[in-house]
Amino acid sequence: MDPILSIENLRVEYRSADSKQGSKLAVKNLTLRVQPGEVFGFLGPNGAGKTTTMNVLLGFVTPTAGSVRLFGIDARDPQSRFRIGYLPELTYYYRFLTIEELLRFYAKIFKIPRATAEKRIDDLIHMLEMDHARTRQIKTYSKGMQQRAGLAQALINDPDLLILDEPTSGLDPLGRMQVRGIIQRLKDQGKTVFFSSHELGEVESVCDRVAIMHQGELKKEGRVANLVGANQSLEQVFLSIIAA
Amino acid sequence: MTTPLAIAGVVIREFYRRKDFYVLFVMTAVLTVVLGSASFFNDRSIARYLKEVCLLLIWISALVIAVTTSARQIPAERENRTIFPLLAKPVSRWDVLFGKFLGCWAAAGFALVIFYTFFCAISSMREHSFPFLNYFQALWLHWIFAGVVISMALLGSVVFAAPSSNSTICFVVIIGILLLGRHLNRIALTEPPPIGFILSLLYYILPHLEFFDVRDLIIHDSPLIAWWAWAVASLYGFFYIGAFLGLGWIRFRRLSLQAS
Repeated sequence: MDPILSIENLRVEYRSADSKQGSKLAVKNLTLRVQPGEVFGFLGPNGAGKTTTMNVLLGFVTPTAGSVRLFGIDARDPQSRFRIGYLPELTYYYRFLTIEELLRFYAKIFKIPRATAEKRIDDLIHMLEMDHARTRQIKTYSKGMQQRAGLAQALINDPDLLILDEPTSGLDPLGRMQVRGIIQRLKDQGKTVFFSSHELGEVESVCDRVAIMHQGELKKEGRVANLVGANQSLEQVFLSIIAA
Repeated sequence: MTTPLAIAGVVIREFYRRKDFYVLFVMTAVLTVVLGSASFFNDRSIARYLKEVCLLLIWISALVIAVTTSARQIPAERENRTIFPLLAKPVSRWDVLFGKFLGCWAAAGFALVIFYTFFCAISSMREHSFPFLNYFQALWLHWIFAGVVISMALLGSVVFAAPSSNSTICFVVIIGILLLGRHLNRIALTEPPPIGFILSLLYYILPHLEFFDVRDLIIHDSPLIAWWAWAVASLYGFFYIGAFLGLGWIRFRRLSLQAS
């Protein structure tokens, strides 16, 4: 089966603003493949290169070397993003729009027919329990509601691959449970989810496979069941890798 | 074309939801109506002065709307980080730039239509004539002028990080071109090289925005501009719009998305 997401020898180097400091290697020769239908956890401490890798996946950053392909298309090509949904770590949406207007805008970008888009907007707003706030501008939303708005925009095109950057960051326990439920539901529908998180318990419960990054390098990759021993949690595995 | 149009729709929505725009808009409309309807000894030449003041006011307001709206578009996207979810969709950076241009240009066009409608109504009532085609030509050329200004401000917004510095530079350049542009070649002849050469170069490179300023023709009830001249001026404007957007795209496609 062809991987839905493939990263080959990815290398990302940032030039430092201060010429004396030289350049910073953010990702070193990363090779990774995600198969259709997998829930893949992308782990690592802060500064490990997770966000940089995601930025390359989404075409925000051009790699120094290597290739990144989504659905077999180069990630720099906007067409590769037709079948993906992306939820950034923090909510960055047009604050003067209502959730309905925001979703309609993104539906237009995905060229979703009007009737289908309207139905999907209704379904998403209902699924994320935002019916009471559908005509309010996003700037009036609480953090949890903004995160749900983010999830709604990530799902507007019914994506085959969902890229989530710390989806439960800043959410209360109820919000986290809801996000976990959504990831589980997407998994049941056969969707592929690629997400980064610091919540290792959550990763252990929903992921099929994980990759652990540290200082720009891939330290460990494999099925959760294989990485975690009988008396070990993913957190212990993670800490032992980072400490080493 | 769907994507740039969708982005333009968001720009227009932001435009009419911002309160600062309404202040400028209402102020210009009220001043135009008041000045246009003021009567001084029933003197026709005074009516011309009033038309001149009204048109100047419309030009200043349209310039402020065009520059301030377009100068902050891309910096605001980067600063608020709305550019990230947007570019995570099948959207190219050209789509973003072109969509922003279309949105700002449509918004400026909408404002111009309202301003000119006020002006035409008042001026027709005062002079008992309605030279529709003259007003249409003036409005169209003014809109092309707004297009050149907006594309220039968008180019500035991917070169200068702060919208305020971009706006200031745009105002200085545009007012400088309007006041001095047509005289640059004559000034160049009086200057020693290399200043003379640089001024000549600027004369040929910079857009001659004065081509689009036909206020005098409206004020003095001049006949219609020849349609071929009107078309050439429009093409000249489109050329500069394309050039500024093209340069903006070259810069924007390699620009780091992080706000500095």
